[in-house]
Amino acid sequence: MYRYDEFDHAFVSARVEQFKDQVERRLAGELTEEQFRPLRLMNGVYLQLHAYMLRVAVPYGTLSSRQMHKLAHIARRYDRGYGHFTTRQNIQYNWPALKDIPAVLDELASVEMHALQTSGNCIRNVTADHFAGAAADEVGDPRPYAEILRQWSSMHPEFSYLPRKFKIAVTGADRDRAAIQVHDIGLHLKKNESGELGFGVYVGGGQGRTPMVAKKVRDFLPVEDLLTYTTAIVRVYNLNGRRDNKYKARIKILVHETGTEEITRQIETEWQAIKETDLKLPQQDVDAIDAYFAPPNLVQRPEGWSELAAARKADPAFSAWVDQNVTPHKNPDYGVVTISLKPIGGIPGDATDAQMDLVADIAEKFSYDEIRVSHEQNLVLPHVAIADLRIVYDLLLTDGLATANAGLITDIISCPGLDYCALATARSIPVAQRISERFGNPERQADIGELKLKISGCINACGHHHVGHIGILGVEKKGEELYQISLGGSGDEICTIGDITGRGFSSEEIVDAIETIVDRYLEIRTDKEETFLATYRRVGAAPFKDALYSEVANAA
Amino acid sequence: MSVKVLTANRLADGEVVWLGANGEWLEHIDGALIARHAEAVNALEEAGKSAIKSNLVIDVNVIDVEERGTDLFPVRLRERIRQLGPTIRLDLGKQAEKSKAA
Repeated sequence: MYRYDEFDHAFVSARVEQFKDQVERRLAGELTEEQFRPLRLMNGVYLQLHAYMLRVAVPYGTLSSRQMHKLAHIARRYDRGYGHFTTRQNIQYNWPALKDIPAVLDELASVEMHALQTSGNCIRNVTADHFAGAAADEVGDPRPYAEILRQWSSMHPEFSYLPRKFKIAVTGADRDRAAIQVHDIGLHLKKNESGELGFGVYVGGGQGRTPMVAKKVRDFLPVEDLLTYTTAIVRVYNLNGRRDNKYKARIKILVHETGTEEITRQIETEWQAIKETDLKLPQQDVDAIDAYFAPPNLVQRPEGWSELAAARKADPAFSAWVDQNVTPHKNPDYGVVTISLKPIGGIPGDATDAQMDLVADIAEKFSYDEIRVSHEQNLVLPHVAIADLRIVYDLLLTDGLATANAGLITDIISCPGLDYCALATARSIPVAQRISERFGNPERQADIGELKLKISGCINACGHHHVGHIGILGVEKKGEELYQISLGGSGDEICTIGDITGRGFSSEEIVDAIETIVDRYLEIRTDKEETFLATYRRVGAAPFKDALYSEVANAA
Repeated sequence: MSVKVLTANRLADGEVVWLGANGEWLEHIDGALIARHAEAVNALEEAGKSAIKSNLVIDVNVIDVEERGTDLFPVRLRERIRQLGPTIRLDLGKQAEKSKAA
């Protein structure tokens, strides 16, 4: 893992001291809210419905046990005993008092964490594949490049007041687990024909009120050009992005209005001017960062396979969990474990302080001290020996963390919605809970197979509904919550924005409507191997619309 | 019939509060100052502006409420959730404090 150097320590400590002073001045009435608001936002402090909210960055979703213990401690001491892991691989605390936040930031700094650039019109926390450094299908670890981007973008003087927020995601495998094509910049780490590492570069993706799939502006960018090219993109955006209308200010609108060819030309022109400047990455600098992410020295544990076979035979529930939540590791003696934060009927992404401590303890003993936060609001133990799966499962089971549903219909992404969020127009968590309960039967969800269901409580789409195989958007209509369904979205390497089915459904109707869609899928799929998304891509929206609206019409 | 009250979040800890008939910011909606006509609403808005200036509260808003017997019932779901707490965690927010007190 990356370790702070002296500069990082000094920088983060200075920012904590600065914010401490700003909070004191605010509480003393020396700063007005108008003056203070941008300052608190720069430090990740929002005001939500019930209280302030602190959003803490988890750079590229990577945590050590020590850091996770600290997150647990903060939840216990300064909050209400839990935290919420988000689709940005961050953690949010929902109840901190403003007066306590400087102390929280101090605690975070002690474990090399902060809340900087988790808000505001700047380059936000860079996200990455949550299986980075472990997945069997990985070409290269995306995290060193995410870290280079983090260092470059932190307090970047030119890019601290962009037209709007700016999100970069990096994936290190052809299978895109980081949803790079719905980010402002998406980077796909890959090798060219000579075996050199570089990036496919995508620009102008995003969700929100105007969802767009990013356009590929470069098929292969050598690693040494990462910062020069990224600078060129952000510079073109900073100069030409719309500042006259908040809703048209993201780079996706600029790309859309300018056209891919012309925006690529502008980026290339800018790039040629700065290509050979000191932002060009020397190999030794890349190597130095790379060294922080060197894979752990995994002990050979070949005995695991026979033990696993016996353990699976003895316990079908354990076997189901292995099938669903353990994915292949680079080292065949190991597996990548997804810890579901989606218990049946639970709140997606929430973890108690005790659960965080438990995960930290397990990671320390059984995952080489590493934990990941996924944008799907789960946690990941990246390096678990197959031989240790049973004991890890048993430990997870002690605190409700062994739900075998990764990638299934109950593994729902949900934003906090109107239960917490000041921007939300409808609740999303209760809908997620009811859908989870409806489909909670293990056999039933296993039969349905891979189905990514995502819910947002407003048009800003924090719940990624546009790229849900089934997406749900909650809005307020005539004072009531109304839920719109979209189908066929996908955030992976074949990225698509879902199609809206038609009129929305009331809170009472929405779960039945989802069941109608799922039942129709089960009727028309060619066989069990054809996933919901594959079926949708084969048949289109019509059979689902028929099922949804004719049934409602019949019932009426 | 819908009437109006003034709500905000307390500066120091973000707690949801309502302006009371006694001029204090109250942690529960009971006892909130009710505006029943345009002039009173104007007075609430003025009170809101001066509250912001005095740095006691932030995000000050006039909201619609219904009088149901002796209870005040915010018209919008958003405000009902602010009044009680998250609907999915009845152990949190004001609803929890009330049930503890009961």
